[in-house]
Amino acid sequence: MTKIKGQSLRKQANPLAEASHQLKVLSEGLFKDGTLPLFKDRVAETLGRPLSAHKLEVLQINVGYMCNQVCDHCHVDAGPDRKEIMTKETMEQCLSVIRSTNARTLDLTGGAPEMNPNFRWFVIEARKAGIADIIVRSNLTIIRANKQYHDLPAFFKEHKIHVVSSMPHWTKEKTDKQRGSGVFNASIEALKQLNSVGYGMPNSGLTLDLVYNPSGAFLPAHQKDLETDFKSKLRSDFGIEFNQLFAITNLPISRFLDYLIASENYEEYMYELVQAYNPEAAKSVMCTNTLSVSWNGFLYDCDFNQMLALPVAGNLTHISDYDEKLMEGRIIKVSQHCYGCTAGAGSSCQGTVA
Amino acid sequence: MSYYDPKDLRKFKDITQWSEALGEKFFDYYTAVFQDGALTPREKSLIALAVAHTEMCPYCIDAYTQDGLKRGITKDEMMEAVHVGAAIKSGAALVHSVMMMNKVNKLDA
Repeated sequence: MTKIKGQSLRKQANPLAEASHQLKVLSEGLFKDGTLPLFKDRVAETLGRPLSAHKLEVLQINVGYMCNQVCDHCHVDAGPDRKEIMTKETMEQCLSVIRSTNARTLDLTGGAPEMNPNFRWFVIEARKAGIADIIVRSNLTIIRANKQYHDLPAFFKEHKIHVVSSMPHWTKEKTDKQRGSGVFNASIEALKQLNSVGYGMPNSGLTLDLVYNPSGAFLPAHQKDLETDFKSKLRSDFGIEFNQLFAITNLPISRFLDYLIASENYEEYMYELVQAYNPEAAKSVMCTNTLSVSWNGFLYDCDFNQMLALPVAGNLTHISDYDEKLMEGRIIKVSQHCYGCTAGAGSSCQGTVA
Repeated sequence: MSYYDPKDLRKFKDITQWSEALGEKFFDYYTAVFQDGALTPREKSLIALAVAHTEMCPYCIDAYTQDGLKRGITKDEMMEAVHVGAAIKSGAALVHSVMMMNKVNKLDA
């Protein structure tokens, strides 16, 4: 199918916009004929049991799929044409769960989470509800996109938000290719603005982490090596400082899956993911302590499963019915995309895990 | 059918099957060479890419192009490294022309 720049797969009526079609692709071919092992078998071999959840530590909430960018690799298929957005009522239900559990990290994602009209209210209420670490996954360009967002760095600082931002490379060419024309320059300006209020600066207590994910059909190198290069280049070229770099592997779903198939890299990429399977990473995958909540309040083991419409196992499926006792120990829903989280040093929303 | 099959690169580790001790010694050595040392892994990756070209090894070009991408090495840096290899390769040919010149000067009065 011809790729239309600037539109989500859903808008293009691409068959891969449907989760069921993605899951079918991930279960056929190499995995159906036994050339490569199914993830559920591989992980059960490592753990001696199926992958299951421990105590909830991180509540990751997707407050909406709307975004000002249309990135090539986006697993959410986010973009300006996506209208799914979390209501204040659902946010209230999330706050009730925060008050009743030991979850101490709130990870806000999207789309661009700042585009939700109740974003700021939610952040303030979550802090009051006892969340210690509030993470906002900011795409950076939103800060420069419209004057209503220009004061976001000040808002982040006031509420001691932990800012985590995507930055696929320290060069304009590679960044703009993945994230869209003009994204690099806008991101650099936004990073300078964040630095100017103290983010990423020594002893400021304001954390600015960057997320690196590869621009194509290859896995990331060692997180520490990449961090050294990013720090050196961003400092020398732009005077930018940040705290940590998280290296994240692209999971073969949504737009990245579409890219892998269209570029005839799918088989080779799946081979590489399976060959790089690391049992130590499998013991620490993020779904064991994280719960993902969708814009309409449904519960998933992770943001990727949310996009694949794989709800948590059991009868409890909505945040309004949350019961910690029923969620702890639940069997995690898996498919072959999960190999992305166990390859090499592992991959999670906080970077490597092993 | 080509003599070279890209899928064979995945089988590289299988060379230990017919000579386990020597094969493992090679892979231990190979792994040690690419560890962080006086040179960074990034610098070593670029050297490997340049040598892959001068040796004209398709497997090595495949492997070290991917390795470079993983490390965030840019297209400009990769091509410059290949030019370094190519310059040494062509220089190595050209410097032998001194032998030719010596011979001509000796034989042709």
